[in-house]
Amino acid sequence: MLKTFKIGGVHPPENKISAGKKIETLPIPKTVFIPVAQHIGSPASAVVNKGDVVKVGQVIAKSSGFVSTNIHSSVSGKVKKVDVSADSSGYPKQGIFIDVEGDEWLEEIDRSETLKTTFDLNGTEIIQKIQEAGIVGLGGATFPTHVKLVPPKGMKAEVLLINGVECEPYLTSDHRLMLEKADEILVGTQLLMMAMNVEKAVIGIENNKPDAIQLLTDKAKKYKGISVVALKVKYPQGGEKQLIKAVTGKEVPSGGLPIAVGAVVSNVGTAFAVYEAIQKNKPLFERVVTVTGKGIANPSNFKVRIGTATSELIEATGGLPENTGKIISGGPMMGRAIASLDVPVAKGTSGILIMQNTEAKRGEYMDCIRCSRCVSVCPMGLEPYLLMTFGQKKIFDRAENDRIMDCIECGSCSYTCPSNRPLLDYIRFGKGKVGQIIRTRKK
Amino acid sequence: MSLTVIYTIATLSIIGTSSAVILYFVAQKFKVFEDPRIDEVEQALPAANCGGCGFAGCRAFAEACVKADDLSDLNCPVGGNETMANVAKLLGLEATQKAPRTAYIRCNGTCDHRPKTSNFDGATTCAIAASVYSGETDCQWGCDGFGDCYNVCEFGAIELRPNLGVPLILDDMCVACGKCVDACPKNLIEMRKQFPKNRKIVVACRNKDKGAITRKACDVGCIGCSKCEKECKFDAITIENNLAFIDSDKCKLCRKCVPVCPTNSILELNFPPRKIVTEEKEECSTAK
Repeated sequence: MLKTFKIGGVHPPENKISAGKKIETLPIPKTVFIPVAQHIGSPASAVVNKGDVVKVGQVIAKSSGFVSTNIHSSVSGKVKKVDVSADSSGYPKQGIFIDVEGDEWLEEIDRSETLKTTFDLNGTEIIQKIQEAGIVGLGGATFPTHVKLVPPKGMKAEVLLINGVECEPYLTSDHRLMLEKADEILVGTQLLMMAMNVEKAVIGIENNKPDAIQLLTDKAKKYKGISVVALKVKYPQGGEKQLIKAVTGKEVPSGGLPIAVGAVVSNVGTAFAVYEAIQKNKPLFERVVTVTGKGIANPSNFKVRIGTATSELIEATGGLPENTGKIISGGPMMGRAIASLDVPVAKGTSGILIMQNTEAKRGEYMDCIRCSRCVSVCPMGLEPYLLMTFGQKKIFDRAENDRIMDCIECGSCSYTCPSNRPLLDYIRFGKGKVGQIIRTRKK
Repeated sequence: MSLTVIYTIATLSIIGTSSAVILYFVAQKFKVFEDPRIDEVEQALPAANCGGCGFAGCRAFAEACVKADDLSDLNCPVGGNETMANVAKLLGLEATQKAPRTAYIRCNGTCDHRPKTSNFDGATTCAIAASVYSGETDCQWGCDGFGDCYNVCEFGAIELRPNLGVPLILDDMCVACGKCVDACPKNLIEMRKQFPKNRKIVVACRNKDKGAITRKACDVGCIGCSKCEKECKFDAITIENNLAFIDSDKCKLCRKCVPVCPTNSILELNFPPRKIVTEEKEECSTAK
């Protein structure tokens, strides 16, 4: 019996059509737009001006607080302007435009492919280096990694969970990374273990990636304290709380952080970025992005420089098909539709999904038939139909009592609703308002 | 048999009378004094319970009126000066005359002026659309047109106009309760001073982008050129963040700012047509 989380969950069609495609390196674009807010927390503040010459890996925006990260240039060239442009949030945000000239990297970055397994840093040095390299959670939530590694006072991490679940349909970037950079991920995991001073790490992988499970299990034997667990295929297993429940059997209390049960979760992509940052001195300025969809000619996994426009990625897979209904940044369940092809790849962009007209269309919105399917699939044990009504009627105090803030916005409720009700839309709206109310109350 | 009936009636009468006596004394003991004027004032109010006065409803407003020594801070926007005069008479206070106001949606970005560049297919409310992205057009400041204002209006004063994309506020029906002002996530609705015959001169735009970006997104967006500011002799127009604003309390309806606007974002509404201006406008529209 494979492990999984207890309550709720759905199993949408997997559609991992790009799983067999090797990671290709996308040619460097002519211009990039690098937003200064690519993480949760306060946006970084730009430290370059128009006309400055930058190299690959140079800091172009400095972190502006503890919950914030540095932003590094992904290309070499001249800063065109510091201005606003649309990013995946849907609103114009500040960022740095750079005109590319050549490909000149900072000298301290080790560009060789050789695996380096030895390291001589202690925990605090590793955390400091992670902070400087601008590493954030690459699973999509983009929470600064260095913040996670420092537990709040009185709490102690016992186990590190590495998230190789990739439960979103279509996406294959983590899967490919595990197959091609297994050793690097394992060394990165060791580094994270050392930074947090834990003895045990578990890599959770869903059972639809048997090759990755096999490879990592074999290789993990060489690394002390790391084990691999195969998990039953179920969405949203990649959610932090669901993964902890599935692997350790412990439940994170409502409103609590994973550290409350002694666990810290990091994505495989993050582990790889940590390896590169510490062993190769390479800050986070490129990532693996899956570009996929049923209609496109050549679904692929690309290694992309941060700031590359979405249009370049789509061009590289054979262009935008005519029957395109929606372009989604991220996976089909939790991703956001983007309104412009100029939206750049950011640290949190795990995939670009091109949906056909027929797939993208939402069904006609009908009345609730009280079937309670949304309740049975909610992985957090909430009552989505009720929270939606509270959002609609703006009854925020009751929404708060019914734990609206525990919602992880996985979209299982909207996916499963036979009446096509936009449950998550209203819940997310209510969650935003309740969050505001809580923040003002604290002040 | 008949004795049973008599006993029953007698017992019930005794219980009834004694309860009545107890209740009478309890009622005397726990009596809550309520100013009878609250009822009178409530009678004088429109009973719309809209909350436009800032209180929970007409009753709460009446209580506040009775408690207050001075009515200058209290105003029922629905009833207007007439109602407030009645209330003042009941309470023996003086009512201050307030200029009536009406709501206005400061966006003229209808479909023909502001083309759609994407389609939003989520839950059709402005609040959700605005929380997800900048909107169906390239203007992030303009009206979403899903009608959150229309849904909160209890007076039927807003016409949705789905084929134009921007709702219209009917001046005659609007009572200035201010619900739509709070409902609009883009802060487009403003309470403006009501002039005779509902005449108004407004900058029908809230776009704070630079001129070039505004022009790309919308034909009739304010580009912040400040021509109108220079033209105005009453200091009613201010420019801030590439956007002009006409203060309705200072505006004298001279209409001089309207023809100088290069993007036609200043509108004159409910005025008799000006001969020369209408000709010019026609030329403009054919030139396009």
